[in-house]
Amino acid sequence: MWAFFHKLGSPRWFYAIASRFEPWCWALALILIVVGSVWGLVFAPADYQQGNSFRIIYVHVPAAFLGQSIYIAMAVCGFVYMVWKIRVADMAAAMMAPLGAVMTFMALLSGSVWGKPTWGTWWQWDARLTSMLILLFLYIGVMVLRATFYRLESAARAAAILTMVGVVNIPIIKYSVEWWNTLHQPASFTITERPAMPVEMWLPLLIMVVGFYAFFAAFTLTRVRSEILRREQSKRWVQDMFREKC
Amino acid sequence: MRQEVRSLDPLDSPGLLRARSSGAGLGTALSATLKRDLLMVTRRPGDALTPLMFFAMVITLFPLGISPDADQLALIAPGILWVAALLAALLSLDGLFRTDHDDGTLEQLMLTPHPLPLLVIAKVAVHWLVTGVPLALLAPLLGLMLSLPEGSYLVLSASVALGSACISLIGAIGAALTVGLARGGMLLALIVLPLFMPVLIFGSGAIVAVIEGGAWLAHLAILGAFLCVALMLAPWAIAASLRVSLHD
Amino acid sequence: MAFDSFSDWLAMGRHGVYVWTAWGVSLGLLALCVLLVRSEIRTVRRDLRRRIRRAAATNGGGQG
Repeated sequence: MWAFFHKLGSPRWFYAIASRFEPWCWALALILIVVGSVWGLVFAPADYQQGNSFRIIYVHVPAAFLGQSIYIAMAVCGFVYMVWKIRVADMAAAMMAPLGAVMTFMALLSGSVWGKPTWGTWWQWDARLTSMLILLFLYIGVMVLRATFYRLESAARAAAILTMVGVVNIPIIKYSVEWWNTLHQPASFTITERPAMPVEMWLPLLIMVVGFYAFFAAFTLTRVRSEILRREQSKRWVQDMFREKC
Repeated sequence: MRQEVRSLDPLDSPGLLRARSSGAGLGTALSATLKRDLLMVTRRPGDALTPLMFFAMVITLFPLGISPDADQLALIAPGILWVAALLAALLSLDGLFRTDHDDGTLEQLMLTPHPLPLLVIAKVAVHWLVTGVPLALLAPLLGLMLSLPEGSYLVLSASVALGSACISLIGAIGAALTVGLARGGMLLALIVLPLFMPVLIFGSGAIVAVIEGGAWLAHLAILGAFLCVALMLAPWAIAASLRVSLHD
Repeated sequence: MAFDSFSDWLAMGRHGVYVWTAWGVSLGLLALCVLLVRSEIRTVRRDLRRRIRRAAATNGGGQG
């Protein structure tokens, strides 16, 4: 079992394993997102209070989940890199960051658009949206920091440190923003805190969430494969692999 | 970039060299670092005055940009006092490690046998004494100009003092990460501002609480808790970041 | 089916603009990600192939 993880750390093995799993992840993502979308848009019942604008939940919640999960995944990768010096971990952290930022942006946009028919304004400083906005800033900070360093290894370590500092701060930020929000808006209605959703409503949501996670996996696997090829291009196994293709 | 380090500064040689060569205790190294940094500030008082001037000028911008109406200003005073103090502290963070990085003292500090996280605490403590405490002392005067309600001035100072200690610690992480980078100042602000937001929330929350007769002590206690956590964790992150920056 | 007709579905009960904007941008971003990722790996592979071919040619020319 341990040997499996050790192998995963070697770029060559990771490339081989990733190549095997990648198509399946894409297929799974496609199927789940299509099924979830159709179900959520067409078949799921409309909400009693919010009507059909409620359907935005089927993109908002998965995007929000992924925005947070990807940052945590980046922090884990950063930790693995700093402790065990596994370069594939750093590559993964670097490659998944843009998707995390896109997902967070998606959550902000869909949340904001959802807010217009629900609250009457395009933007609301409620706890969830504000925390998401701060998370987006954290993402951008890490990406810019990584890009500014000249040496690859320094960039990797700096990004790892910043991501880990950020991940420790995420619960603090969430708690602080929630507290700040209750102080100023005692009667706030948050989007996802609702009475229990019936199955016909949360089942397509679950499908979309899993579909988004599969998308994340496929996206990261593909990008890490690209990055491995880029970084290891002088290695024998890469040369042999491409010489065969010519 | 490795330079041959021959420190021309006569002030730092005795303490640090002694600490390094004779294997003197941690206490000597810490007090030497503290003393040196404090003396550096007395040589360049501008370093301490500039954040204060910036604080005052930013506060002046708000009546100019919004309205001179005392009631309106009183309403937003806690928030803008805190934001301006935060930005002033942020501005001063860029210089925390930069001068030492440029003249090679930072490398010397890292070569000592003493644990870097502790030496770093000494440097950050000086930064707080020189930046945060003056900001906390100036804040009530600026609060007066913003028609801040009576009875909140003490809490204002206390919250800025506590909060700026957190800001110095957390901001030092960003300063350490960006010290070797060109135009690191802007990047420093970008990476460190999201981390300041909880401090801001509870800092200005304390002032608003005391004005409205709420639980201001709880807010200050939470700031204190942030400070404790930052004291425990930040020095390690700062030390690791310094090592990354110096090896770039 | 939660809707009575196709035009009902498009209208989303007065909320059509909002639902379709949110969904459109979200799915559009996902599609964009897919396109960018695929083009990225294609470019990497193409550049690598070229580089190796060039290296092989110069080596072969050197020896030959």
